[in-house]
Order: sequence, then C-alpha cells, then structure tokens
Amino acid sequence: MSEALNLSKVEQVLSKHQREEGALIPVLQEAQEAYGYLPEEVLRRVSRRLRVPMSKIYGVITFYAQFYLTPRGRHVIKSCQGTACHVRGAKGVLESLTRELKVEPGGTTEDLNFSLETVACVGTCFLAPVIMIDHDYYGKLTPKRAVDAVKKYTPKSEKKEA
Amino acid sequence: MERLSSIEELQRLQKTLSQGRDPNRLRVRVCMTGCRAFGAVEVRDAFKRAIEENGLTEKVDIIETGCHGFCARAPVAAIDPYGFFYQQISVKSIPQIVRESLMEGRPVEKLLYKHPQTGQPIPLEKDVPFYKEQMKIVLRNCGQIDPTRIEDYIVRDGYLAIAKVLSSMNPEEVIGEVVRSGLRGRGGAGFPAGNKWKFARNAPGDEKYIVCNADEGDPGAFMDRAVLEGDPHTVLEGMLIAAYAIGASKGYVYVRAEYPIAVVHIKRAVADAKAMGLLGQKILGTDFNFEVKIKEGAGAFVCGEETALIASIEGRRGMPRTRPPFPAIAGLWGKPTNINNVETFANIPPIIHKGAGWYASLGTEKSKGTKIFALAGKINNTGLVEVPMGITLERIIFDIGGGIPGGKKFKAAQTGGPSGGCIPASLLNLPIDYDSLAAAGAIMGSGGLIITDENTCMVDLAKFFLSFTQSESCGRCVPCRLGTKRMLEILERITEGTGELSDLETLKELAPMIKDASLCGLGQTCPNPVLTTLNYFLDEYRAHIEEKRCPAGICKALIRYEIDPETCTGCGVCRKACPQNAISGKTKEPHTLDQSLCIKCGICYNECKFDAVKII
Repeated sequence: MSEALNLSKVEQVLSKHQREEGALIPVLQEAQEAYGYLPEEVLRRVSRRLRVPMSKIYGVITFYAQFYLTPRGRHVIKSCQGTACHVRGAKGVLESLTRELKVEPGGTTEDLNFSLETVACVGTCFLAPVIMIDHDYYGKLTPKRAVDAVKKYTPKSEKKEA
Repeated sequence: MERLSSIEELQRLQKTLSQGRDPNRLRVRVCMTGCRAFGAVEVRDAFKRAIEENGLTEKVDIIETGCHGFCARAPVAAIDPYGFFYQQISVKSIPQIVRESLMEGRPVEKLLYKHPQTGQPIPLEKDVPFYKEQMKIVLRNCGQIDPTRIEDYIVRDGYLAIAKVLSSMNPEEVIGEVVRSGLRGRGGAGFPAGNKWKFARNAPGDEKYIVCNADEGDPGAFMDRAVLEGDPHTVLEGMLIAAYAIGASKGYVYVRAEYPIAVVHIKRAVADAKAMGLLGQKILGTDFNFEVKIKEGAGAFVCGEETALIASIEGRRGMPRTRPPFPAIAGLWGKPTNINNVETFANIPPIIHKGAGWYASLGTEKSKGTKIFALAGKINNTGLVEVPMGITLERIIFDIGGGIPGGKKFKAAQTGGPSGGCIPASLLNLPIDYDSLAAAGAIMGSGGLIITDENTCMVDLAKFFLSFTQSESCGRCVPCRLGTKRMLEILERITEGTGELSDLETLKELAPMIKDASLCGLGQTCPNPVLTTLNYFLDEYRAHIEEKRCPAGICKALIRYEIDPETCTGCGVCRKACPQNAISGKTKEPHTLDQSLCIKCGICYNECKFDAVKII
C-alpha cells in the first residue's frame, strides 16, 4: 500500500466508543471492518487514544482468530472444519482448494483475489461439507464442486491455463 | 411503537393484539434463516409475486420466520391456517401452491413430503414424523413468528412472564420457582440454573450483571443460533427475569460474530424492547431497570468458558482463570455475575408462565424439561429437534432423524462436541439425559449430535476433535497445552500407520492427567472423545496399529484407490477430474490409476458415477 492511510476512519470508530468499558475489541473489529485488516499505524492510534500499550493490543489480536495484521484477499473463502463437515469430507474439500489456489489455509493468493481460511464451524451442519465465499454459502460439496464454486469469483482474464 | 408505561398496558396490548388476529387468516410461513443457503430469498420473492398476480395481497400475510427445524428439506414453508407443509420448494412450483393451497385450500399432493417408509404423501406439518415426535418449548415460536416483529412475540404470550414476575413475585420467589422447575444449564455442564441464580443473588454488591452466553462454539451445534435468529425476544425475557431475580441492572449478550443473522436479530430485538419500555429504565412503569448490550465474539472457542468470556467482554485475551472465586461472586468487572446460555434463558419465560410444576413434570427424575439437539453428520433428517429429556437415542436417530442415508449401518453418535464422547450402536436404547450420558463417558454438552456410519473412522474422529481442542487451547495451563499436543501426536502416528500398541497405554495414562490437572472445562473434557473411542472401538485402533489398515477407508496413509476394470465404463470423468493426471485410458475402455502419481485426494472416488473407483 503506497498511499498514506486515511486515519479519519479509525478516529470515527474511536470517538464512537470513547469512555466505553472494554472498548478495545469492538474498536479493533470496527477498524478492521473499515480497513480490511489492522495496519500498524491504525493500531498505534488506537493504542494512544485508548491508553492501551501496543504489546497488549498485539496480545489480543493474535489471540482471536478474527483479526488480521496483513491485507486480505478481495474474496474470503471460509472452509468449515466442523464435525459434521469433517465426517462428510471437509478435508478433501480444503485440500482441493489449497491445490487450486496454491495457497495454504490462512494465506492469501498472490493476486490478492482470495484469502483461504478454515473455520471451526459456521453452524450450517445440514449443508456439510460447506464453504462460505464472502457471505454466500456453498453446501453439500465435493472437492470438485468446491473448486467450481471458487472459479465463479476468479477474474475472467486470470483463469488458469488448462 | 409506543412505550408501555405499566404492566396493565402490556396486558391490554397483548389482548388487543390477540383479539385482532384472525385465526383463519391465510399465512405463508417461510424460513428465512437457515434456508437462505438453499434459496429462501427467491422462494419468498416468488410467493410475493404469485400472491400479487392472483390479487391476494390483501388476503395473505407472508411471515418471514426463523428455523422450522427440518433443515435437510430446505427451503421449507408452511401454509396456515391449514398447516400444509412444503419442502425443497422450487421457485417454479410456487404459482401452483398459491393457486391450490391459498386459493382453493387444498394441498398440492405431488409437492408434499412423502413418508419415508410407506411413500404416502403427508399434507400437514404436524403429521410429518420429524415433527410429530418433538415437543417444542424453547422452539415454540421458531418458525411460527417473524422474529423482527416484537408484536408477533407479544401476541404469543410474550413478555407476560416478566409482567407476572414484576406484578406478583419477589426475587426469592422467582428463584424458588426456577429451582423447583429442575432446570439445568443447557450450555454443557448441566448445573442447576436456580442454584446459580441463588449464589449471585446472595453475593454482596450493589452492582450485578447478567450475561447471556451465545458463543456457541461446539462444532456441530447450532441451536443457539436458531433461537437467537428465530425468537430473540424469548432470550431477552429470560434475561430480564434473571436480572430481576439476582438484582442486576446491566446485561450482555456475547454472541459469535460468525452468526450474522443472529447478531442482526438480537440487536433489533433489544432496540424494539427498549422502545416499548420493556428494557431500560423503569420497565413497565416499575422501579426495575435493566439495560442490555451486545458484544460480538472475535473467534475463540475457549470464550465459551465463563471466565474466558468475561475476560473477552472486558477487552482482554479470552483466557480462563482459576475458580473460585466463581463469577457469581466476582465476575464481570469484578462484580457478581450470572452467566447462562441462550437455551437456558429461553426456557425461563415458559417456566414462569406455566409454572415450575408443569416443567418439572417433563423429562426424567434428574433432567427436567426438553433439550434441543442439532442432528448432523450421516443422518437423513439433519436439523434441529427438541425432545423431552429421557427419550432414547434410537428414537431420535431413527424415528425423528429418519436413519442413516444410503442404507448404511449406524456406527456411533457423537454427543457434546469436542468435550463429549462417542456412543456405540450397543447403547442405542440409552435414555438421553445428563446422567445417563455421563455414565456412558460422553456428556450432554450443548446438544450437538453427530451421527456416524460405517464409513467413519473412529480413530480419525478422535484425532479430529483433539486437533480442534489442541488448536483452541489457550495455552495458559500446561496439562492442556502440552497434553493435548502429545495425545494428538500419538493419534497422528496411529492414523499414519506408524503407531505402536504401547501408544494406547500412553493415551490412557495421559487422559486422566489432562482431565484432572487442567484449569478449565476445555482441558478437563478434551480427552473424552479419545477415551470413549478407545473404550468402544478398540479394535479399530488395533487394526490401524497391528494390521496397518483403516477399516473405514478414511486414513490416507493406509489406503489406496484403484479402478475396477470390470465396472469402469471408460467415461473419462475421473481422468478429467484428476488434478495429478494420474488416471489414463481411452474413452469407453477401462481406465487405470498410476499409484506413483496419486495423492489420494479422493476426487475420482467422488466423481465416478459407476462406483468403479474402489478404496483398498
């Protein structure tokens, strides 16, 4: 990211939660919503305004699965690893996605189009095995159908060669 | 929305609303929560269009409800006042449903659910075997009302329990009623809810808190999501009653961020209840004040543990601490705090409304009332079911759940998520209640019920749960942090074919140490999946170790795929699908699989329509 960060967005979030008890986590959640991830500059501002040391902020960020310190892909794929998905073949689905996108779970593709994540359970066990791409559910998948679903989100010009 | 300034006003509003409801009015109840993934939005829009086209807009209400429970048949809808039940609805069938069911009052036979054994079409929702055996108390409104309309809740006796409490009961009487009902916490451990309230009531302090634990983290459990999405006001009413009982004026709902619809619905419910004077200052004109805030979780399983949840609300890493002091004495911000989960709170309004005696007459001696189970895995009728405590596993799985798909054999039921255990076929007649499950080595937990069949490897399943708890272990205490790691390494060795018989002894030695010495419930229960599988499925472990064989055909290191030349039609589907180009052959001739290239991804096995790919 070459352009300077617009810090007014985090300022807005901070003023909304001013003097609120336990504000750190909601502030981080909303800052991430605004920036897509949690850039260091934003965190420094949060630290100063909430009077919470950076060490503590990093402690919180790295504890919870939801927070990201690096930019994420335009589309986020969440591959459910819940029990129902597991017994119905979630592992094969995840492996096929890893192969197709050439990225390990937790990573983002080079072109920043996809982030691939695993999630403990999305609570839609009747769809098992299920993945979520952004806010859409794709259920009752096979390894191949998972890849087909992901392809819908691939920019046309970049389709991989046969 | 007008603010209600007295209890009488609420009661009057309830009467006016219920008298204003025409029981014969035509209504389409469409599930708009879980069914969304199967096109519920399109279904609703198609109903709207067809109703308009037939000039019925004034005569028919479309109710956007929460979960009906029968998720396997999504998208579902019901037509009132008849109670016709439609499932796996396709958009193109909707004009016919509107014409025949709404205009002519008869079911569209070909679209009805068919009885799985007799094949007879079943017109009415209440006659479908999946629903027939259930008893809905917590889920009484789910699938019936629009959860975003507070009036829909009030008309079905909503907020009348808090009205009763405020007008005629003192806090001790409320607690006494909950104690007599026998309600036990539905979050997992089953601690008597009334006693928990009593501790918080008796704890010294003028500021106290109520927390609703909606951090439903057990993989395979989704009842709390359904209740919050489908009937959020019942949870708020339960919290109100608890707040009155213990003397709290502030409350939190800690909800998983992974449940976006639940978050929206509970926020809406809080805003509406506030606008009507059912939350906030001087509730219903009395001196009772109660505010509720929503906190979204940030993705950590251990935050379901109450002290970790408190740390998370306070804005810290969600790590459990030693108890005592229990949250009832020193909880949120160090103040006395009562924490119950969603399903527990949702039980409270009916208990107060209908009385402890009624509730205590349901269930077994030590487990009262009903329990919601999330049926999932290798079962025909995946979905949510609410049944009286004490019902046998067999009735849940076969009568309600419709048995195992594809004529496969039932192998085990996994209850209680990563803290629970596997119950084998020999215990199918086990009554489901807190104590019988504990005696079998499992736990009730939050009510996840994952069914497995002959193609599920129990060693792999134990490994699955342990890798979950291992990665979710917060790291604070050694037995959990390192113990789960060592157990997981052993299970990995066994599934990779390098395990030894002595590993089983080590597992049995480690498990009680982790259980006894861990700080919180996560560590104290995480060996259960390993212990129960070792107990009931020892021969599967032995097959992996002694014969280097995975009887279920799951553990990759111990299996290989082969194409049966007799069955292969040479259609080429597997050849094209193989990511490794490991399959070759001419069209219409049997194909072959090059083992040196195969990565055992299983794609060919899944894609073959002729079952020609075999697991050896």
